[in-house]
Amino acid sequence: MLSKGLKRKREEEEEKEPLAVDAWWLDPGHASVAQAPPAVASSSLFDLSVLKLHHSLQQSEPNLRHLVLVVNTLRRIQASMAPAAALPPVPSPPAAPSVADNLLASSDAALSASMASLLEDLSHIEGLSQAPQPLADEGPPGRSIGGAAPSLGALDLLGPATGCLLDDGLEGLFEDIDTSMYDNELWAPASEGLKPGPEDGPGKEEAPELDEAELDYLMDVLVGTQALERPPGPGR
Amino acid sequence: ADIISTVEFNHTGELLATGDKGGRVVIFQREQESKNQVHRRGEYNVYSTFQSHEPEFDYLKSLEIEEKINKIRWLPQQNAAYFLLSTNDKTVKLWKVSERDKRPEGYNLKDEEGRLRDPATITTLRVPVLRPMDLMVEATPRRVFANAHTYHINSISVNSDYETYMSADDLRINLWNFEITNQSFNIVDIKPANMEELTEVITAAEFHPHHCNTFVYSSSKGTIRLCDMRASALCDRHTKFFEEPEDPSNRSFFSEIISSISDVKFSHSGRYIMTRDYLTVKVWDLNMENRPIETYQVHDYLRSKLCSLYENDCIFDKFECVWNGSDSVIMTGSYNNFFRMFDRNTKRDVTLEASRENSKPRAILKPRKVCVGGKRRKDEISVDSLDFSKKILHTAWHPSENIIAVAATNNLYIFQDKVN
Repeated sequence: MLSKGLKRKREEEEEKEPLAVDAWWLDPGHASVAQAPPAVASSSLFDLSVLKLHHSLQQSEPNLRHLVLVVNTLRRIQASMAPAAALPPVPSPPAAPSVADNLLASSDAALSASMASLLEDLSHIEGLSQAPQPLADEGPPGRSIGGAAPSLGALDLLGPATGCLLDDGLEGLFEDIDTSMYDNELWAPASEGLKPGPEDGPGKEEAPELDEAELDYLMDVLVGTQALERPPGPGR
Repeated sequence: ADIISTVEFNHTGELLATGDKGGRVVIFQREQESKNQVHRRGEYNVYSTFQSHEPEFDYLKSLEIEEKINKIRWLPQQNAAYFLLSTNDKTVKLWKVSERDKRPEGYNLKDEEGRLRDPATITTLRVPVLRPMDLMVEATPRRVFANAHTYHINSISVNSDYETYMSADDLRINLWNFEITNQSFNIVDIKPANMEELTEVITAAEFHPHHCNTFVYSSSKGTIRLCDMRASALCDRHTKFFEEPEDPSNRSFFSEIISSISDVKFSHSGRYIMTRDYLTVKVWDLNMENRPIETYQVHDYLRSKLCSLYENDCIFDKFECVWNGSDSVIMTGSYNNFFRMFDRNTKRDVTLEASRENSKPRAILKPRKVCVGGKRRKDEISVDSLDFSKKILHTAWHPSENIIAVAATNNLYIFQDKVN
């Protein structure tokens, strides 16, 4: 940026500034960057990458390619910043790497935790939204695709079957339903009101906030919508 | 006009389809060349416009699904109607585009405005006849292939058997039959059992132009896998694996990102594949897996700018690449509305610009040059003056003639060979 009053030189006459600063971003192992202190140069790139990762994770549906590339780059940077991290934790590290180690210790755990939790959530969601299941004939047994089916199947039974099984076994129905898929932090309380009927059983345990007044309001909305959807046709 | 997100000629080159960020498809048709104006080659005019995809809301995940058209692929023409596949992140649709230039007139029970006539007033019967009308082009959705992709669809490819096609997302590839919309076969699945171990995603996929059992897919790690569907139902194990060893002198933190392949295309002959990564275009011989046979530098002057490009996310831009009809020239886009062509035989290359100022109709495009250091000549542009918001990601080449379509953000440019 130029301050006021300074006349900008004509482009043709400007000497190109040697872009030595870009050399910092090269792998510290590279011969030509022996001068630049790797830990310092890499730490701003590290911060930038962490920032990108957090920004990506904050999206409701992160771009998987972007996420994976940023994470892999971050891992590379981490690996180069603290090559001594592989050694057992001897309590006499030199000054510079200790800074990197602290950075690693604090951010690595958080990084892994947030990455792990996001990717776990992605796989939970994936199990729920897969309807109809894509067919894979003679796929090897135990593939993750088939994993979602049994639980959903059990829940499907819950809806229409409840009326017949009121006398006995209603509690038994709940026992063998796998609710792990519904123990999902990503489901904000607001969206629970939109869930259709069959999930009311296990779902209610997760949503004590839905009190009677809200339930009545929801029912009104649903009934109102249904009434709108069936206008009396001509000639009926 | 919205940002164009895909461009594709049909198999004869008579039609050119574009998809945009708003979910619209616009199809251009080439004018019939008239005998009166031999000097004027067929120009492309709008033929049909329709809304292919609408924004959707996934209630289960509380997510909005973008209507942006990621890819359009034409089916070969088998009757008077045209068929194309268009896809957004989650749903593929088969569209039929057909012409109507006649309409029936002379119904007995309805009058000309369509009102019912009182049967008691009808004294004679007549046979309705077809009369010519103004040409109407209508697009109707014939199939909707939904609910088969958890992740974002990046590619679709029509198989040479014309009965099946594939759709690929970040982690999976599905095979569809055009007639069946409620089922698809999963043929590739690279999702790890534990998502924490995810390090690689699928970036593009395409069927072989002649062998209906063969397809390739590329990854974010710069690898290409060729699979044979006859080997097993699930093609998790590749038949061939193409990867170039990393050049140690060019190693940096960004090596993996710039090696990520953004597009893969079979040559028309089926003997080669072309891949585009961030800085280069590579041609591979299917019979040689350990390195490409040709590498072309698209904009190597960006190699020293990778950190800034990482910062502003430009390093993640996904450029496409295309072959010409005879596989002798390849083309790809760059920044500043530049696009590049490489002649594989003469080894000559040219940089051209798609911009209003430089493209009056019938004007000849002037080659452009980027100055990389030292004294800049009069017509050159210095690297620092490049506009990185003007990127040409999507281009298409007519299947047999030297006509190209270049999408520059929300403008479409069609260029053709100089007419003498």
